[in-house]
Amino acid sequence: MSQVSETDLQAWVDARLAPPRQHEIDAYLAEHPDQAERLRAYQAQKRAIKALFDPVLNEALPENLHRLTDAPARPAVDRPPAAFFSRWSLQRLAAGVLVALLGGAAGWLGHAQYQASDRLARLAPLPHQAAVAHVVYSPDVRRPVEVTADQEEQLVKWLSKRLGTPVSPPKLGAVGYELVGGRLLPGNSGPVAQFMYQDASGQRLTLYLSTENGGKAETGFRFAREGQINVFYWVEGKFGYALSAGIDKNELAKVATAVYDQLDRAK
Amino acid sequence: MDSRAILAEIPRLRRYARAMLGDRAAADDLVQDTLERAWCRLAQWRVGSDLRAWLFSIMHNLHVDQLRRPSLPTHSLDDAGDDAPIRPMQSDQLELLDLEAALSQLPDEQRAVLLLVAVEEMSYAEVAAALEIPLGTVMSRLSRGRERLRQIMEGRQPAANLRVVR
Repeated sequence: MSQVSETDLQAWVDARLAPPRQHEIDAYLAEHPDQAERLRAYQAQKRAIKALFDPVLNEALPENLHRLTDAPARPAVDRPPAAFFSRWSLQRLAAGVLVALLGGAAGWLGHAQYQASDRLARLAPLPHQAAVAHVVYSPDVRRPVEVTADQEEQLVKWLSKRLGTPVSPPKLGAVGYELVGGRLLPGNSGPVAQFMYQDASGQRLTLYLSTENGGKAETGFRFAREGQINVFYWVEGKFGYALSAGIDKNELAKVATAVYDQLDRAK
Repeated sequence: MDSRAILAEIPRLRRYARAMLGDRAAADDLVQDTLERAWCRLAQWRVGSDLRAWLFSIMHNLHVDQLRRPSLPTHSLDDAGDDAPIRPMQSDQLELLDLEAALSQLPDEQRAVLLLVAVEEMSYAEVAAALEIPLGTVMSRLSRGRERLRQIMEGRQPAANLRVVR
C-alpha cells in the first residue's frame, strides 16, 4: 500500500476515493483505531451538519426572493421562463426612461457597477430624501444648481456617467416649468441626481432621481407630505422618482403626470 | 440561461447562506444580492458551464465583500431595552455541544469548505471552483475545519497552532 495522506483520509470520509483505494484505507484504518475513531467522528459530524440545515430547503421562499423571481414559492421550478424574465425586461425598459437610451438595454445589463438593493434604500425613504434635498437647494438664489440649463448637454453627460445609466431631464415647459439645471447628490449608498425647475413667478420644484432601488418594487404614484413640501414619488425598476415642491398638491400632481407621461413615451 | 435552472438553485443557495451566516434575514438578503448580481452579470456566464458553481462563487464573493466592508455597528433600540439574559459560555456545557454554535466558532474560510462538502455535497474540485481557491487549500481547510469542529464539540479548546520553543 502506498503511503496514506491526510487527503486520502478526508476523501475516505466523503467516499470520494476510487474503490481500490477505499479498500486500502479500510485496511489501514483497521490497524490504526485512533485514526478510525477520528474519521468516524468526521462522518457523524458531516451527517449532523447536513441534517441541521436540510430543513431550509423546504421553507417557503420569503417575500423578497419571491418578488425577485416573480414565481410561486415551491413549484417555482415549473414556472415558464417568460414570467421570470418579465421583471427584468421592465427594468430594461425603465433604463430607457427619462432617457435618451444612449447605451441601450444590453449596455445597462452589462454595466459593472453594482447597484445597492432596496434594503439600503430603506435607510431613508425616497420622499424624505427628496424633500430634504428640495428644501436645502431650492431656496438658494445664487447657486441652486451645479450645472445650469444652458449647459444641458454637459449636465446630461455628466449625470449619466456618474449614475452609471443614461438620464436626462424631462421637458416641463407645457406645464409652465423651465429647467434651471441639476446637481449630483449623495444618496443612501451612491450618487443620485436632482433636476430643478422653476415657473415664471420663480416657484421652484425639483425632480429627484435615484437608481438605488434594486429593481424589485414597482409602485404607482404615491404622495407624501414632508413639512411644507409636497412630494409625489414612484418607483420603476431600479429607478426611484420624486417630485417635490412647496406648491398645492393638485398642481404638483399635474406636473408629476407630465413627468410620468414623458417617461412613458420614452419607453 | 435557463431561468428554471436558477430558480431550482435558490433553495440550495438559501441553505448554504443560512449555514454560513446563521441569521435567517441576513442569509436571505445575501441570496437576494446574489441573484441580482447574477442577472447583472449574465454576460459573464458561459452557457454549458456549471451554473451552481457560478452562483455559489458569486455568493461567496459577495459574502467576502460584506465582511471586508467596514460597517457601523448598530443596535436596535428595542433589543437594547430588552436586557435579555445571557448565559455564560464557560459554565454551560450545552452551549458547547450545540452544533450550530460550534460551527459559528470556526473561521469563515474553514466553515465555507466544510459546509460545501457536508451540506452541498460538492466534490473537492467544485468547492475549489466555487471559492476560487486551489484544491490543496480546499483539502487543508477541510481537514483543519473538521478537526477543530470535533474539538469544539467535545468541549476541548482547539489545539494551538504554535508551540513556544525555547
